[in-house]
Amino acid sequence: MAAVDLADLGLDEGGHLLVARAVAALAPGERLTVTGRHPALRLHLAAWCRASGHQFAGDGTPAVVKGGAADRRWAGAARAGDAAGPPEARADQRWGLAARGALVEAGGPPLGAHWSQREHVWADIAPQLYAAAAASQWDPATAVDWAAPAVAVPADIERAVVQLMTYLVENEQAALVIPARLLSQLHPHYREVMQLLASQAADEARHVEVFTRRALASGGPLGTSSAGGRASLQTLLDEPDFTTASFLLSVLGEGTFLDLLRFIADHAPDRVTADVTTLAARDEARHVAFGVSHAAHLAACDRSYLGTLRQAVERRHAALQDTAGLNAEVFDSLVLLAAGSWAPAAIRHGWQAVRDLRARMDEGRRRRLAYIGFPDDEATELSALHTRNFM
Amino acid sequence: MNVLLGAVAYDQKVVTIWNGFRTWLRACGLDFDYVLYSNYERQVEDLVNGRIDVAWNSPLAWVRARRLAARRGVPLTPLTMRDTDCDLRSVIVVRSDSAVRSASDLAGRIVATGAVDSPQATLLPLSLLRSLGLSPGPEAAGPCGPGAGVTVRRFDVGVGLHGDHIGGERDAARALFAADPAGRVDAACMVDSNLLLFGREGTLPAGSVRVLAQTPLYDHCTMTAHGASPGIARLGELLLGMDYADAALRPLLDLEGLKEWRPPRLSGYAPLERAVDEAGFYDADGEVTAAGYRP
Repeated sequence: MAAVDLADLGLDEGGHLLVARAVAALAPGERLTVTGRHPALRLHLAAWCRASGHQFAGDGTPAVVKGGAADRRWAGAARAGDAAGPPEARADQRWGLAARGALVEAGGPPLGAHWSQREHVWADIAPQLYAAAAASQWDPATAVDWAAPAVAVPADIERAVVQLMTYLVENEQAALVIPARLLSQLHPHYREVMQLLASQAADEARHVEVFTRRALASGGPLGTSSAGGRASLQTLLDEPDFTTASFLLSVLGEGTFLDLLRFIADHAPDRVTADVTTLAARDEARHVAFGVSHAAHLAACDRSYLGTLRQAVERRHAALQDTAGLNAEVFDSLVLLAAGSWAPAAIRHGWQAVRDLRARMDEGRRRRLAYIGFPDDEATELSALHTRNFM
Repeated sequence: MNVLLGAVAYDQKVVTIWNGFRTWLRACGLDFDYVLYSNYERQVEDLVNGRIDVAWNSPLAWVRARRLAARRGVPLTPLTMRDTDCDLRSVIVVRSDSAVRSASDLAGRIVATGAVDSPQATLLPLSLLRSLGLSPGPEAAGPCGPGAGVTVRRFDVGVGLHGDHIGGERDAARALFAADPAGRVDAACMVDSNLLLFGREGTLPAGSVRVLAQTPLYDHCTMTAHGASPGIARLGELLLGMDYADAALRPLLDLEGLKEWRPPRLSGYAPLERAVDEAGFYDADGEVTAAGYRP
């Protein structure tokens, strides 16, 4: 017969764990004798048995007769997929917030997550991208050399930098809110995507911080925020679908931003401006990689989805047709930044640089669209429909 | 085939439990509803008067229902009880370092109990003291003189709930270690499961108390029907058929504190019948005779 000795341990200080462990190994109806020196052992054991669905046998050495009901808690339990992955094609809402791979007791409220199908959220590269994101987090306080000796930035160039930083903050705020919104409706069974989106939102929080800090560095007021620019970002916030939202934001918007951030870094008049844009571009590259991989993954599973993505671009273009698009002051600031002065020859040079930038942006978009699966002519057409606001 | 059940609202969870059971019972085809009472006395009176078909009764409510029904010639049908209602024991504990070594040492001392109407923390432990030759008396009666007198200090929390609210029982346990000597008691009464609970939660730290005496085994709640009808019989069948493996029922069973419903037994109430008579809590006809008891 099974037996457990509790020595002087009471059931009021953890002794029940030893009893429960021994009872777990029994079949209903089998007995476990319990010995020990705690003065209230019998009383405690009788009360514990009653509450746990077992019978207390108090004649002679006290014993527990295992009841039939206790194990029935797990009768309808099921594993929430495989912890190591790959994730299931459909995540059961009844798994709720349980860890992937956990044994989930039946019952409890269903999750109600919007996105619970693998192909609508997944990319095979998500685990690696999350690992890279976790390894690449940087501290805004130390990653930027805020104490670098200030070069004398001419006042007008400084105003251009402040305007660009003001614009970047606005865009990064949109880029923070969108993954956060997707995250809130994503089934956590797709753990790596959830982690990646969380790190993406955290990245954008840092970008908002460093761009704000750089904008305020010269002590002046921030630049302008145009109605057209905000209208363009609002269309991103309004995008209801996971893949189209991720596609418009990360593939087209952040993809375009990669070139923009590098351009600002290349023409930065000071070390801090170069640092903050370089650090941000490094993060954005991961966001773009996930957006592109996910859209390509879904398009590979379902070619017809390319049509949905195309419609999303066209819909956004139509919605923005009557707006100014890019804030003119942002565009002018880019030219002046590349020019370095108001001298006519310098402005010509700056103008040319921004034109080259837009060509590079277009080329990048076409390349990513082609990778996702669009034929070249369609990629060219869609790239041209992208918002003038860059993001 | 409709059935109306009464339950006492000793806690907010009672609404969750009976709403859930009602949904389940109706899905099984029984036209079931419930009403809540603020205390057991009114519920018992309504049961015997036929205003409700079934009462989810405390053990003390069962004792009163039986007496009232017997006087009026009303047939009562015991329906079911929880697995956790069978074979309870109450205990009287003292501090580990107390000079009180046996129950007789309590003469002239103060014993803390739960509420006036708590079977497990008042009526049954005081009956135990009487069976050991002591004479428990209320504190209001003044200090007990020489002899077998024991002063009872009651912690009247949730009067009318028949001890379902364990606040009084916990306060009695705490009074063992009251910092103010005037608030300290020599012994405290509680049910065995609360001895374990108070130990685990730290109200009574491990090793801090010693069990001085314990009652014989007794039974707790029981579900009682007024008369018999197909609906009442069906309710009994459905309750007894509830399966802990059912994910819809399990949270409700957990809240109600059982793994399974058991067929009723009436053999476990003799100690309480005796305690009620000794304390003069109800008379033989089931009228409330306890002094100052106003649920």
